[in-house]
Amino acid sequence: MLRVNDLHVHYGGIHAVRGITLNVSEEKIVTLIGANGAGKSTLLRTICGLVRPTSGEIRFLGHDIAGMAPHLVARDGIVMAPEGRKVFVNLSVYENLLMGAYSRVDHREVRGDLDRVYSIFPRLRERARQPAGTLSGGEQQMLAVGRALMAAPKILLLDEPSLGLAPMLISEVFRVIREINNQGTTILLIEQNAMAALSIADYGYVLETGVLALSGTGQDLLCDDRVRKTYLGEL
Amino acid sequence: MDFSFLAQQVINGISLGGLYGLIAVGYTLVYGILRLINFAHGDIMMIGCYFAFYGIFMFSLPWWASFLLAVILTAAAGILIDIGAYRPVRNAPRISALITAIGVSFLLENLGLVLFSGRPKAFYRPEFLSEIREIAGVRILDLNIWSFVLTLVLLGVILFIIHDTRTGRAMRCIAYDMETTKLMGVDVNRIIALTFAIGSAAAAAGGIMWAMRYPQINPLMGIIPGLKAFVAAVLGGIGNVTGAMLGGLLLGIIEILLVALRPDMAGYRDAIAFAILILILLFRPTGLMGQKLPD
Ligand SMILES: Nc1ncnc2c1ncn2[C@@H]1O[C@H](COP(=O)(O)OP(=O)(O)OP(=O)(O)O)[C@@H](O)[C@H]1O
Ligand SMILES: [Mg+2]
Repeated sequence: MLRVNDLHVHYGGIHAVRGITLNVSEEKIVTLIGANGAGKSTLLRTICGLVRPTSGEIRFLGHDIAGMAPHLVARDGIVMAPEGRKVFVNLSVYENLLMGAYSRVDHREVRGDLDRVYSIFPRLRERARQPAGTLSGGEQQMLAVGRALMAAPKILLLDEPSLGLAPMLISEVFRVIREINNQGTTILLIEQNAMAALSIADYGYVLETGVLALSGTGQDLLCDDRVRKTYLGEL
Repeated sequence: MDFSFLAQQVINGISLGGLYGLIAVGYTLVYGILRLINFAHGDIMMIGCYFAFYGIFMFSLPWWASFLLAVILTAAAGILIDIGAYRPVRNAPRISALITAIGVSFLLENLGLVLFSGRPKAFYRPEFLSEIREIAGVRILDLNIWSFVLTLVLLGVILFIIHDTRTGRAMRCIAYDMETTKLMGVDVNRIIALTFAIGSAAAAAGGIMWAMRYPQINPLMGIIPGLKAFVAAVLGGIGNVTGAMLGGLLLGIIEILLVALRPDMAGYRDAIAFAILILILLFRPTGLMGQKLPD
């Protein structure tokens, strides 16, 4: 569904992504793990069109979207919940969700998805009229994911959705990710929380300073010695 | 000093301040989403007045058609200025955009001098607006009553757009975080161009009402109301539309009262706006209704 082919990205002189090739198949959860500064966010931001690649291909449903404007990428069905939530704090929770559905025209479907998001995150329904800035960090994360769902994504890119959440909320977030995937949405998940991410992923990639070091099914990577040492914190 | 004298001055202040406010709305809209002080805003207002002037005197349109067309053309001019001048420096440091704005302002003023000549032109004022009526001892020109009503209607429309439409939501999102707004599928450039269109249309409407008061126009006529509207926008809390209107009204009232109570200080009329600007920047930079903005 989504294929990244020999992708290179530079920030001025910094070569942040150095020839990444990866593949996300339909209805799967694929995860990308790696240390801070490995280039994970850069990769997602490039897929979304926020950053221009230096070279390489990004193929989505058969056509090359590398360098396309971000709003067009979003309208194609690639939707990102960015790192650090980035909810619109000056808008209400409800308005944030509507922003997610910005380019959709079928209001009945949007209504339906709104109900769906509210049933996944009942807290958001309770807080619907409240400015998003008054939500707790965890609630804002739910809103960021809910807002992305409102776009009816074909593929959902999640950049560290568990960042800064308490352990109980983290398992909740992963439960929700799996639920969303069960309902048919393909997911590319970036995580620091390698254990949890690999446990729910069909396939995983390990990124080290801009290059792919390893890849394999979630289970394989969980058993891999290098992964266990570096990312699962085993000694 | 009696009551009706004071009431008269306040009414005069409101009718002047309403126009400052309407022009200030354009400043504040653009600032709100781009953090750009569009110094050309007053000159866009001037352009609007000339559109209206030529509509009547060159193309013999009925006044209302000419005014309406002028507002639409000015909105289009606002879009062109955005696309031609501001969009190319969108990702450059903010100071570049500011300098561009000053350049656009000079360009429009000098273009006006060349195209329209520097000689003031008499502006049209429909007969029925020239009547003066007396209510409880206060004399009001019909033009000022209608101007104020129209100003409030336009303010209402703009507030509705910002708060209750999809486009308005996108505007508020851009103000907060342009990049994330793009991720929502919003064509940010289109929304910004629309914002310029709305702001410019408001400036044209304000300008036409301004021109009918005096009633004449010249290519440099936008400078003073532009600066005053800027002060009004800051006074109200720049970025806040309702604040801009309140700031405009307040500035108008203060200015008129000063002249009325201290005729000897009438020469300082324009200076007072800038004194106010300095005072706000010193003591309450967020203005009356401004909130702290994310930066
Ligand atoms: N806008 C930028 N300008 C210059 N360098 C950047 C920019 N954004 C990221 N970088 C650099 O690119 C590299 C990759 O950054 P990136 O944000 O993709 O890492 P990451 O894997 O997402 O890290 P983290 O887990 O901390 O979020 C880092 O060295 C970073 O300093
Ligand atoms: Mg990151």
